[in-house]
Amino acid sequence: MGSVTPISDKDRIFTNVYGFQEPWLKAARARGDWDGTATLMKRGQDRIIEEIKDSGLRGRGGAGFPTGMKWSFMPKEPKPGKPNFLVINADESEPGSCKDREIIRHDPHKLIEGALIAGFAMRARAGYIYIRGEFIRETEVLRKAVAEAYEAGLLGKNAAGSGYDFDLFVHRGAGAYICGEETAMLESLEGKQGKPRLKPPFPAGAGLYGCPTTVNNVESIAVVPTILRRGATWFAGFGNPKNEGTKLFQISGHVNKPCVVEETMSISFRELIDLHAGGIRGGWDNLLAVIPGGSSVPLVPAAEIMDAPMDFDGLKALGSGLGTAAVIVMDKSTDIVRAISRISYFYKHESCGQCTPCREGTGWMWRMMERLREGDADVASIDKLYDVTKQVEGHTICALGDAAAWPIQGLIRHFRPELERRIAEHTGRGMLEAAE
Amino acid sequence: MPKVTVDGVEIEVPQGATVLQACELAGKEIPRFCYHERLSIAGNCRMCLVEVAPGPPKPQASCALPAADGQTIRTDTPMVKKAREGVMEFLLINHPLDCPICDQGGECDLQDQAMAYGRPFSRFDENKRAIDDKYMGPVIKTAMTRCIQCTRCIRFSEEVAGVPELGMLYRGEDSQITSYLEKAVTTEMAGNLADVCPVGALLQKPQAFESRPWELRRVPGIDVMDAVGSNIRFDVRQRQVMRILPRVNDDVNEEWISDKTRHHVDALVRNRLDRPWVREKGKLREASWSEALDLFAKRLKKAGANVAAIAGDLLDAETMYAAKKLLEAQGSSLLEGRQTGLTYDVSSLAAINFNSTIAGIEDADVVLLVGSNTRWEAPLVNTRLRKAQRKGAKIFGLGPEVDLGMKVAWIGNDLKLLGKLPKEVADAFAKAERPAVIVGAGALAANALGAALGLGKSLKLVRDGWNGFNVLHTSASRMAGLILGYAQKGGIADIDKAKPEVVLLLGADEVDPARFAGSFKVYIGHHGDNGARQADLVLPGAAYAEKHGTYVNTEGRVQRSERATFAPGEAREDWTIFRAVSDLFGSPLPFDRFDQLRAKMVAEYPQLGRDGLIAFDWSPPKPDAKAEGAVVYPIRDFYLTNAITRSSPTMHVCSEELVQGRRVQEAAE
Repeated sequence: MGSVTPISDKDRIFTNVYGFQEPWLKAARARGDWDGTATLMKRGQDRIIEEIKDSGLRGRGGAGFPTGMKWSFMPKEPKPGKPNFLVINADESEPGSCKDREIIRHDPHKLIEGALIAGFAMRARAGYIYIRGEFIRETEVLRKAVAEAYEAGLLGKNAAGSGYDFDLFVHRGAGAYICGEETAMLESLEGKQGKPRLKPPFPAGAGLYGCPTTVNNVESIAVVPTILRRGATWFAGFGNPKNEGTKLFQISGHVNKPCVVEETMSISFRELIDLHAGGIRGGWDNLLAVIPGGSSVPLVPAAEIMDAPMDFDGLKALGSGLGTAAVIVMDKSTDIVRAISRISYFYKHESCGQCTPCREGTGWMWRMMERLREGDADVASIDKLYDVTKQVEGHTICALGDAAAWPIQGLIRHFRPELERRIAEHTGRGMLEAAE
Repeated sequence: MPKVTVDGVEIEVPQGATVLQACELAGKEIPRFCYHERLSIAGNCRMCLVEVAPGPPKPQASCALPAADGQTIRTDTPMVKKAREGVMEFLLINHPLDCPICDQGGECDLQDQAMAYGRPFSRFDENKRAIDDKYMGPVIKTAMTRCIQCTRCIRFSEEVAGVPELGMLYRGEDSQITSYLEKAVTTEMAGNLADVCPVGALLQKPQAFESRPWELRRVPGIDVMDAVGSNIRFDVRQRQVMRILPRVNDDVNEEWISDKTRHHVDALVRNRLDRPWVREKGKLREASWSEALDLFAKRLKKAGANVAAIAGDLLDAETMYAAKKLLEAQGSSLLEGRQTGLTYDVSSLAAINFNSTIAGIEDADVVLLVGSNTRWEAPLVNTRLRKAQRKGAKIFGLGPEVDLGMKVAWIGNDLKLLGKLPKEVADAFAKAERPAVIVGAGALAANALGAALGLGKSLKLVRDGWNGFNVLHTSASRMAGLILGYAQKGGIADIDKAKPEVVLLLGADEVDPARFAGSFKVYIGHHGDNGARQADLVLPGAAYAEKHGTYVNTEGRVQRSERATFAPGEAREDWTIFRAVSDLFGSPLPFDRFDQLRAKMVAEYPQLGRDGLIAFDWSPPKPDAKAEGAVVYPIRDFYLTNAITRSSPTMHVCSEELVQGRRVQEAAE
């Protein structure tokens, strides 16, 4: 560590993330998109996948699975009647995350070009962009951009003059967080209730309509053309080993200037905030805790996060995770129990209800959290709550159960004294009232 | 064959088995709610968690995980125990504590597994969730607060019943199972929904609050509502059959039964003939057995050989055999069982048998239904066809279009088509490896058996190890009756022409009252229905649940049913009536006990003595290719097809709501 320096403007992939320029094709071409796409594709599928593997790109959707490896799971020769599919996850619903939205509304052609190249690399016949239902304006932009690309011959038959046929469809979701889970997304695309499937089989074996499918995050796809243009070594030159690349960080909460910014991986939290977000509201002493990767990762208290590297492994070492790099900063004015309780409510509300631990557990956890917020509980119920989160974690079909359990576990791990204080206060008050 | 190690014991499991099945093979009990052998895998209850290595360091749902070579499975570790306790706790936190008033109590998976795998106390301090009850039709009672969202009912209705009318609304802890627009589920198999429900959310409405499982005596029986011969279980309390449940028989009904089979049970104590009746001056009056038997004997003596017997649809072989012996003693062979006037050729029983077998039809790849509404004639054959279709079979239908709960390509309603099949049908059959034709009641009534046999020849339905020529009967007594010779060349009309002096109507309730106008009609049966109405002498017999009996189903399978209870009042088992009357005129039939009767029958007809399929030689009569005209399905109302069902209030409610389409509102709800 230590070698990580903030990136300079020339190394930014998303050059229009703030929308200072037009999102449309002409402007996108001026930014370098669609430049020699056919030449990139001429390298052949295997070399593209190798290049992505070499670049160290890890999935930007939260789990951080190496993207190149994921692509290599796709069958090299699709069986007749079972074409390969690429599905792009634009169902960005994680509280705190707002990067895909910026890409789609200001730089959609990065995504579309990436979809073509990725689809070509995994031998997909077509790609589907599953976009969050609430993203109405973003869908409009994306649809228009896709139409532009078709008109310019960049999609469809002989896409971008590469000799490869590739179609891209935009599908709007209906507003369910769970549809961001890859198999629930496939179910939803097929017109069913968005409920995660059992794995195995994994989507690379049997995904959309039973055909081999890869589901990738918008950001993972959108960075692909630039990686290929500038080379794997360029991309791998950022960040710590195994956490290479640049990343869109979404900084929200109690900072002076909340923003979405592209930075190198493994940048320290302090640097990230000071450089781009104008520092913590009320100064660094006022920092209480940070949720570094969107609502589903455990929070990290101020002392631990301040100089931590913002990457997959660095945050994992702190018992949290990079997730989507949605950094939620909380200063000392935050009612931390209420904050986590609100997150619990979100998971209760978004649980699909398919499997038992999540269906029953999320509601129970939220209700217990609400009581702890008031202190209307006894100290033993903190342990009970912790035990219940452990009963949910790892017992469910998809990761929503884990995501509901982790924030609470983080709270109990780091803020147990606060919980106990509230209980003691509440009990004392109760005794006073009884005495009157 | 993968080898796996379950709790230290190495076993070999079949290819494609799941970890759960592997554990069962190793003799380990795996608790489960959503998993059901005959339904697709949902994997959502999370009760079947086990530890599997290699794999992620967390418990795995064994129902959905394929068993692979070299796996080490543990079902007895602290991790598994804790996982089960945890899931059980989650299932129970919102489950009401109303076991004392729940009909499922005593046979509830949740109750049993909570005892075995749960914690003995609750840590839940919040309020429980409640869900409104849903309306699902006349035979299903719902208590949806008890539901644990295992989705077995959804999968059953979609996959087995073929009516995708159940589903889950909302999400998370607000999830609710409901039927489409809360209308009745339009299936003849609805009762099975309550069977697959592991808790007390779906229950049998007609039997609500009637009995507890531990007070019931279980007696194995065979169903007589159709010719499938579903294996059933009578649950008896004291002298009354309280309910009927399916028994597992993979060759016949798997583990399903139709609603008619299940819910006619209330008629076994209604509208029963419980004493003899004699007609005087056009009116029936009560009589004593001695008076009735004297009259019967007198009439028989006077008639001599001029006596006939018509067998009803629900009869066992023994009753028919005893009656045949009585007529033989009189010198008569005027026997017929096809009450509605069918006249098909019975010279070869193979030609009127369901040769592919009921289980075998699943393997067919092209099926042509000839005048058969399988959904009503044999719902359990229909489920097999549906299974065949799910495996990829193509199903064609000749006859009026009906909804069979699956995709059927209807080719028209003219039996002439049998002589000249449309090109797509002929092409499909030409390519088929296991082609099958099912000749239904409508085709038999239209005399199309000969033409269908012709088709059997031209389509090469009979080939190595496969005979796809099937006749689907609708009457439980049919095959046994034909074996015993209950058939005339010209059918019942021949007997009518013979002008018998005495006609025995053996539970025969479908005979046109205009027939046998001058004859003395003796009705021997159990329900006061059409037969008793036209009879001059009514002798009360036993219903099928009240006697031992041998039945042969439409595929020629011999099965035995046991007596579950005794006939009501003075009614007695039918064969004893023949035995008693034969005694009265001095030449008693040669059996004093039921086992002697059965032994005699088996000595004469050895094929009736062996359980299982009768092997009929395939030597069909010369086909007669002439058939024309439209098919009319004889069953007009699935729920009201015989004397028992017509006496059943539940069947009438079902008919009103599901067949006649009159919406029946739930009382006071």
